Amino acid sequence: MSATVAPHSTRPRRQAGAVAEKVIRRFGDRVVLDHLDLTIADEELVVLLGPSGCGKSTLLRLLAGLDRPDGGRVEVPAKRAIVFQADRLLPWQRVLRNVTLGLHGPDADRRARDVLAEVGLAGREKAWPKELSGGEAQRVSLARALVSEPELVLLDEPFAALDAITRLRMHDLVRALRSKHHAAMLLVTHDVDEAIALADRVVVMSNGRISTSHLVELSAADREASIAREELRSALLEDLGLANQH
Amino acid sequence: MTELSLKVPAVGSAAETPRATGGREVFLPRDARRQTVFSTLRERLRWPLGIYTTPFVVLIAWEALARAGVLAKTYAPAPTSIVKSAVDLWQQGVLGPDLAISLQRAGIGLAIGLTVGIVTGVLGGLLRSGEYLFNGVVQVLNTIPLLAVLPLMIVWFGIDELTKVLLISFGAGVPMYLNLFAAIRGVDQRLIEMTRTTGAGTWRLVTRVLVPGALPGFLVGLRFSLAYSVLGLVAAETVNADKGLGFLITQGQTYLQTNQVFVGLVIYSLLGLLADQFVRVLERVLLRWRPSYEAA
Repeated sequence: MSATVAPHSTRPRRQAGAVAEKVIRRFGDRVVLDHLDLTIADEELVVLLGPSGCGKSTLLRLLAGLDRPDGGRVEVPAKRAIVFQADRLLPWQRVLRNVTLGLHGPDADRRARDVLAEVGLAGREKAWPKELSGGEAQRVSLARALVSEPELVLLDEPFAALDAITRLRMHDLVRALRSKHHAAMLLVTHDVDEAIALADRVVVMSNGRISTSHLVELSAADREASIAREELRSALLEDLGLANQH
Repeated sequence: MTELSLKVPAVGSAAETPRATGGREVFLPRDARRQTVFSTLRERLRWPLGIYTTPFVVLIAWEALARAGVLAKTYAPAPTSIVKSAVDLWQQGVLGPDLAISLQRAGIGLAIGLTVGIVTGVLGGLLRSGEYLFNGVVQVLNTIPLLAVLPLMIVWFGIDELTKVLLISFGAGVPMYLNLFAAIRGVDQRLIEMTRTTGAGTWRLVTRVLVPGALPGFLVGLRFSLAYSVLGLVAAETVNADKGLGFLITQGQTYLQTNQVFVGLVIYSLLGLLADQFVRVLERVLLRWRPSYEAA
């Protein structure tokens, strides 16, 4: 595990994007998170990989503050944003008003326009959500998350419902946005290729804990195709218990 | 192989007969269809009546039967003679004041009923304590038929305007509360959750999520309220009144003026239609965002 927590700091950890310490979460008798530890460094993009039903979304909801742990401690920045699997746009508000939902102040509209331009939707401010394609709608929800300049962005399988081509475009977009918005990111997915394409670090979850952690220090080209990529891929598949099938 | 593929009609050559041949279907642009005299004529003369086709047919048949003498005049006078008596009543200065007083009652009753219904509905929908305060009462009131309250109201409030107005507002308020409550509670929880995560406050949540989200249900409630208020108007006016549309009908019944009864009924139905059209216009303006807000 590549821990980035300074050993002496027990109280405020300013440099850490998010910290989860020995977090427990139960639903009835089922223990979903069992003393889970996870630290996300500032501006780090961590991809959380795991089979469905392993508690990925539970952890994300804890970090988002949408749920409370039964034990342990979760520390996250107050400025955080979430991109859900479904776009969750308000159907009765136009695109611009969807983005400014949590914004206040006179420059809210201008900031929203700027972010919409960043995600490639300049000129679509007046559209209704029903008029957008799936990829466009997810871009709007990405813009809605980024417009408040969060320190932590949590993405819950944001591209799972998109087609393969749109998903690749969204990966490019995420990479481009990272150079502008300096936020820690946690992306939950069950797609190994998506993990390799985007991550600074891939953590694999099993039995309610982070079982393994892989630092990904590959160039953009190496992420597309290289021996190191294939090694990482087979290592991740093995972690997921899928090694025999390849 | 070659022979078999020749049998399959090519898309281009099938332009003249866009019919299924050999289990295949060919779809072409609409204007590629052969223009016959009949189809051009049909496109010129689009059916103008829409959903009013059946009422129109019934009216024509009614008129024809009445003229032929099949329908007795005291039974069901011809539509034209109903219109004529409406004009007569208006010129005699009877219909105008009666209509005015009825509209005034309906207006005041609606105003009170909708105000109470909306205020309690919003409080009940947004607050748990509001739900505890109002929901039980309204659920009980909802099971009491409107017409059954009338005798009690007469005992309590006399046979004056107050009873009539209160009956109308009772009819309007209850469905408004019930629909508004259900609509606010029915707003998608995932959208509420999302709004909280964006850092929007309670005011934003109410104004941008709950109120617009509850709007379709509110309009359903408004539709019911308007319909029930007309019902309350009829009930209140028919039982005890010395002016108003209901009085007109009762009077017509007493003196066997079937024309006059029909005039009252037609005006009631027109009020209902008008209310429906009003809500339709509201829906068209307020629910533009809905992908299927209007089928026709």
